[in-house]
Amino acid sequence: MRLIVPLQGVVQGRGGLILGSIIPGALYYFFQLYLKRCRSAKPNSNPPSPSSSSAQLADLSRSSSRSNLSSRGSVGPVRVSARANSIAKPNASPYYIGLEMASEDPYDRFDNPDGIMQLGLSENRLSLDLIETWILENLERSMIGGADGHLNISGIATYQPLDGMMEMKIAVAGFMSQVMGTTVSFDPSRLVLTSGATPAIETLCFCLADQGNAFLVPTPYYPGFDRDMKWRTGVELIPVHCRSSDNFALSVTALDQAFNQARKRGQKVRGILISNPSNPIGNMLNKETLYSLLDFAREKNIHIISDEIFAGSTYGSEEFVSMAEILESEDFDKNRVHIIYGLSKDLSLPGFRVGVIYSFNTSVLAAAKKLARFSSVSAPTQRILISMLSDTRFIQRYIETTRERIKKMYVAFAAGLKQLGIECTKSSAGLYCWADMSGLIRPYNEKGELELWDKLLKIGKINITPGSACHCIEPGWFRCCFTMLAEEDIPVVIKRIQRVVET
Amino acid sequence: MTRTRSSESDEDSSPTTTGGGGGRGRTEMRVIVPLQGVVQGRGGLVLGSVIPCALFYLLQLYFKRHRSEPTPPPQTLTEVSELNRSLSRTHLSPRGSSAPACVSTRANSIVKSSDSPFYVGLKRVSEDPYDELSNPEGVIQLGLAENKLSLDLARDWLAETAKDSILSGGGSSGPLSMAGIANYQASDGLVELKVAVAGFMSQVMERSISFNPSQIVLTAGATPAIEILSFCLADTGNAFLVPTPYYPSFDRDLKWRTGVEIIPVPCRSADNFNLSISALDLAFDQGKKRGLKVRGIVISNPSNPVGNLLNRETIYTLVDFAREKNIHIISNEIFAGSTHGSEEFVSMAEIIDSEDLDRDRVHIVYGLSKDLCLPGFKVGVIYSSNENVLAAAKKLSRFSSISAPTQCLVISMLSDIRFIQKFIQTNRERLQRMYTKFVAGLKQLGIECMRSSGGFYCWADMRGLIRSYSEKGELELWNKLLNIAKINVTPGSSCHCIEPGWFHCCFTTLTEQDISVVMERIRKNNITFFLGFGCYSDTIKSSSHVPLQLFCFSPSYFFSLVP
Repeated sequence: MRLIVPLQGVVQGRGGLILGSIIPGALYYFFQLYLKRCRSAKPNSNPPSPSSSSAQLADLSRSSSRSNLSSRGSVGPVRVSARANSIAKPNASPYYIGLEMASEDPYDRFDNPDGIMQLGLSENRLSLDLIETWILENLERSMIGGADGHLNISGIATYQPLDGMMEMKIAVAGFMSQVMGTTVSFDPSRLVLTSGATPAIETLCFCLADQGNAFLVPTPYYPGFDRDMKWRTGVELIPVHCRSSDNFALSVTALDQAFNQARKRGQKVRGILISNPSNPIGNMLNKETLYSLLDFAREKNIHIISDEIFAGSTYGSEEFVSMAEILESEDFDKNRVHIIYGLSKDLSLPGFRVGVIYSFNTSVLAAAKKLARFSSVSAPTQRILISMLSDTRFIQRYIETTRERIKKMYVAFAAGLKQLGIECTKSSAGLYCWADMSGLIRPYNEKGELELWDKLLKIGKINITPGSACHCIEPGWFRCCFTMLAEEDIPVVIKRIQRVVET
Repeated sequence: MTRTRSSESDEDSSPTTTGGGGGRGRTEMRVIVPLQGVVQGRGGLVLGSVIPCALFYLLQLYFKRHRSEPTPPPQTLTEVSELNRSLSRTHLSPRGSSAPACVSTRANSIVKSSDSPFYVGLKRVSEDPYDELSNPEGVIQLGLAENKLSLDLARDWLAETAKDSILSGGGSSGPLSMAGIANYQASDGLVELKVAVAGFMSQVMERSISFNPSQIVLTAGATPAIEILSFCLADTGNAFLVPTPYYPSFDRDLKWRTGVEIIPVPCRSADNFNLSISALDLAFDQGKKRGLKVRGIVISNPSNPVGNLLNRETIYTLVDFAREKNIHIISNEIFAGSTHGSEEFVSMAEIIDSEDLDRDRVHIVYGLSKDLCLPGFKVGVIYSSNENVLAAAKKLSRFSSISAPTQCLVISMLSDIRFIQKFIQTNRERLQRMYTKFVAGLKQLGIECMRSSGGFYCWADMRGLIRSYSEKGELELWNKLLNIAKINVTPGSSCHCIEPGWFHCCFTTLTEQDISVVMERIRKNNITFFLGFGCYSDTIKSSSHVPLQLFCFSPSYFFSLVP
């Protein structure tokens, strides 16, 4: 009988057999339970930034005991939610500190020549004159309506579809094809309009990932992603480091490695977030890379969010290839690709707050349309834009002129930096350049980088974005947006940098 | 767990019975180790205890995998199972076509969330809207709280000043400033607009409350304002107390993305649907018993859908209650200026205005959609004096900011004090007249309304008209009104009203002539109601809708509309 049933020695006698086989079974079961619980708890406690769900747990238990203690007596100040607390904390990132300081004391050639020059905000002011002329000529017609001069008030004042008017979607789809310069056509019924690209990204994030899931994001990336993707959604970002030795190009091996590491940590990766043209570097993904990205996404069964908001702001000889173009030409699984676009960069109208989600996935579209109630574009703005975007002659001229002007500024700015011995990575799109100041920092680490940034901001009165704000793994890189400047401002910038470098 | 256990014993018993010789083994080798009959001999003991354990384990695995797919809530479970699945998938077909990429569980639940009659009705109207001239047979909209009574005033103003106000960046005069509208602006609203909105709010509330512009956060409509407050005041799994009947969209705005729960606090017709503190207290305790942490109360004042106002006494007891429980109050005062009775509107801002500690727990939601009749402009307001809430809300406004041209437009509109004064006054008069006419019309048909003094709607008592005194009867009537009478009203059940037979009717999208059309349609529909009791001939003579009626009574059609 003997030996084989475990615990036979403990529980003797005839009943021993029953207990001897039930107890190990039960133990095994509890062991399972224990392991499962441990494993699921881990991803919450592992990453350095406390995810909101663990904060909630702590919060729940703590506050309930609080109310037990003092159920009637005078109570302390009422508390806000844990997530609000973490959001309300003052900005730590130099990106936001710089923006704030520059907005408090902005440089103006005449009124405030000692103010801070803004090179931290990617906003294009080079072609505002074109927009201004158009608006002066057409505003009345676009808002007040048709030739009879009769104001169609119900087209402006009343409730409109939350995900954008159909006319607006058609106009935006047309603009997107025009901007991308190629033969891609965008289907207006796959568009969801939001009040800016920021909520477009957040909405997609809500739709594609649950709390505690993660996205792979090649670094350096746009500092705003940390807010847009994570704050309210509870999603994590896993940086995938790109290096200067590869010209900061994305490599699938690095993606694969990051994916596997995340899996080992028990984190579920739901997608990749890329910006193409890349922000902050300004390079573009070629067809080859896009294909391998799609392959990778299919292999891992994850989504791709492609942020193409700078698609029209190209100035190099390279051609921009949209994800949409690849999907149209070849037989890929379209359901996993989602494109972000907006009119803030390519039409230089960030104040208008128009963002676009373009997705091939019907569930995502259905959910995003419903979520658009939280970020819809106001009707007067839509009316103005419908007629602006439908004016294809103006748009054509606008796109061409803007490209020329960006190019001119880029050349002048990069040349100015070169005089100081500062090289920029080769870039062909965007409103910025990615400058290598690693020779100027001492010590060669993040601290040195931030010291230089601080000196540039406070002594040089120039606000640029340090690479560390973009999660760049190598210190000493800076993003400089040159489209907020006039051409005459470039020598001033260069002089100010020189002053800081030489002290 | 119980499911697992019971089926585990199934699994155990079946091999014993199938193992034919089990009966014999029972007498000799002591029965107990299962499968003893199958695997005989000395090794039988080993296998006999290992095999059931292994089976048990596999069964566990099986259940885990199965359970995680249909029911989303336990997130950790889905995570584990998903991981397993995709892992094996990639091993099987590293390059081949893989499964479709799944979206998040929250997106799935948003997509699947069945539309309540409120949304079904709105959709129906948008497909076939009534128009006196071009579509006289269309569905009349009484379900959307939108005010079209004073659109002409807004139109005249816009036609005159729109261009100048946008081009001058909202200032009454001054040079063209493209930078003021094209460039990035503060995401929580231009300071000028905050000042203008604060002025408008005090003007609308007609009392000596002054609103501090620095305590305002502007959002793209009141909908995101409510959601942002929900994000700021409660964490996932916390709850808000909401007196019923409440605005149907709260179910989306407060809950969808925030993961916050709503605990309905029923108000009854016997109390004129007034809020009672004892009901709040009861709901609070029940929530606590269920392990839900209540973080606040959400009220609408003037109430939507009933239209009554909270008096000062109720407001102060409410604040006392909130203090006692140490919770927040969100007061949705979006209809504050759309009052039409003699009753005085008392804003929660009185509390914020005071120096009391309680000011930190009161938050006001406002917007220009109702009182300025501009829902298309999407301008919402959060007003709070809680610094943490303000700081967080300001940052969150990046997800729902108002476009600059609209802001400029609204700045100059609101700064035109004379226009605003006239607008508010005229709008109130028109509202009052429509309310009186509409209620009188319903009364002629034998339908009484709750006495109300705010809002664009009345809360009509059709309990006498429903066939069975239940939610089903109510929805039947709603369906008949929508499909036969072609009138879209909101049934009380969409507003979580605890008593069946109440309907929310918005009369401000109508013209005065339309009221008689509505009454006529309801009258006809009344007759069709008695169809079930034998007044058949009348309808057959008078209406061409008979086939449709019969169609509507068939349950399948009914349920296809009402999930």
